[in-house]
Parts: sequence; C-alpha cells; structure tokens
Amino acid sequence: MMGHHDDPCAHCEEMMQPYLDHTLSDEEMHEAELHLDECEWCRKRYRFEQSLRVYVRTAVSEPMPAELKQKLAALRIPLN
Amino acid sequence: MAEAPPDATRIAAEARDRVRFEEEALALSDQVYRVARHLAGSREEADDLVQETYARAFRSWRSYQPGTNLRAWLLRILTNLNIDRGRRAQRTPPTQGLEANDYYLYDRLTESDGGPSDEERVVERLSQDDIVEALASVPHDFRDVIVLVDIGDFSYQDAAQILDIPIGTVMSRLHRGRRILKRELAEYVQEEGS
Repeated sequence: MMGHHDDPCAHCEEMMQPYLDHTLSDEEMHEAELHLDECEWCRKRYRFEQSLRVYVRTAVSEPMPAELKQKLAALRIPLN
Repeated sequence: MAEAPPDATRIAAEARDRVRFEEEALALSDQVYRVARHLAGSREEADDLVQETYARAFRSWRSYQPGTNLRAWLLRILTNLNIDRGRRAQRTPPTQGLEANDYYLYDRLTESDGGPSDEERVVERLSQDDIVEALASVPHDFRDVIVLVDIGDFSYQDAAQILDIPIGTVMSRLHRGRRILKRELAEYVQEEGS
C-alpha cells in the first residue's frame, strides 16, 4: 500500500477539510500550499470544495416565515 | 423626592433585564430558524420546535448568563427539545460505505464532459432541491454537526456544547458528514445523468 510520502495528492486530499477550516498548524498549512502551488489537479479540487460549501449554505438557507416571527413575538411574557 | 422602595427598584431592574433578553433573543430568530429548519425533519417540525424553544427561553431567561453566546444557548434548548421529541429513538445506521473520498463529487461532476476547468461553475450543476434533499438524507448525528458548523456558523466549541459531545467528535463527524453529503449529492448527479 502506498503511504502519503509516495502520493502527495492523497496527502493533500487529507489536508483539504482542515485547510479550509483553518485548523492546520502553520507547518502543515505551508506544506499544503507548497503542493497546491505546483499541482493544478489538487488546486481545482480545493477550489471546488470551497465553492461547494458556499453554494450548499446558500441553497439550504430558508428565510423564516413572517407568521412565525409574529408568533414568537406573541410568546413574550407581558409586563405586569 | 422619596426614593423608590428597594423592592420596586429590584422589580423594575428585573423587568428591564427581561425585556432586553427577549429583544435580543427575538433578534436572533432568523438565525435560529435557519439552523432549526435542517435539524428538524420538516418545515412544520422546525416551526413547532422554534416556537417551543422561544416559549421555554422566555420562561427560563434567568438561567441565561448575560455576556455568553445567546444564540448557542437558544440552540442548546432547541436541540434538547428535538431529542425529547423522540427523534433520537431511531439510531443512526452504520455509516460504513456511506462515505466517499473528498474529491469524489468533483470527479463525478466533471467526468461526463471531459472536465470543464471552471471549478466555481461546476457546483451550479446541482439544483437547490438536490442539495436540500441530499442534506436531509445525511444521518442525523452527522447532519446536526454540518448544520451547526457549516450552515449556522457555530464554532466547534459551541457545537460541542450544544450537542453535548466532545469537540473531537464534532470534528470527526463534521469531516465524515461532509463526505457523506458529497456522496449523496453525487447520486443526484448520476440519476440525472442516466
């Protein structure tokens, strides 16, 4: 079985989520960036992941129904 | 002018604090709903859950510590109510085989026509309905974390407190959950392409 050292793209894939979450150490961040600088294949996939996150978030964000907002305000406890 | 009796002063101060609390909580309702919508199974459930959450929050406002994260406090109530409603009665199925690797969806989306180069446009092949349905089909343990962190913008720490799980579990569920979501999304691509 190939280890990470044999397959830098597999290693880069493992770093993608923590990279985009900004949870890598400075050293790991640097390592990922060095690889991304020279590897268009991985770079495209990182960019895709980033767009996907924004896209998913936008797609599933539904505005709160106006009636619900009114119902919530009506739940307030009246002042005596 | 005579000073107000201490009791009256205390009552007035408490009323002021309570009104402030209610206003701050209501100002967060859009954000609470956005998360609730996908923690619950349907719009109707989300609607009920948010109302119950606010009713409970308004009753127990004294247990909120001013200066702490009110949105997380509200979501903690909401999550507990959601559990009480018996959602957890069904266990999350084993997830073996549900995950794809992280690049799977991109590869699926681009393999059909020789690979367009504009990664930002590739996502647009997924419809809004596909995404909503794919998210709903992610097992809830994983979905809860995705909804809180990726959609609700909660930190790992807040998500851990809201769900009452260790932070390491938040991270591992988040990573696996995103992969499961991508696999679900890839299935829509396949269905539409076939």
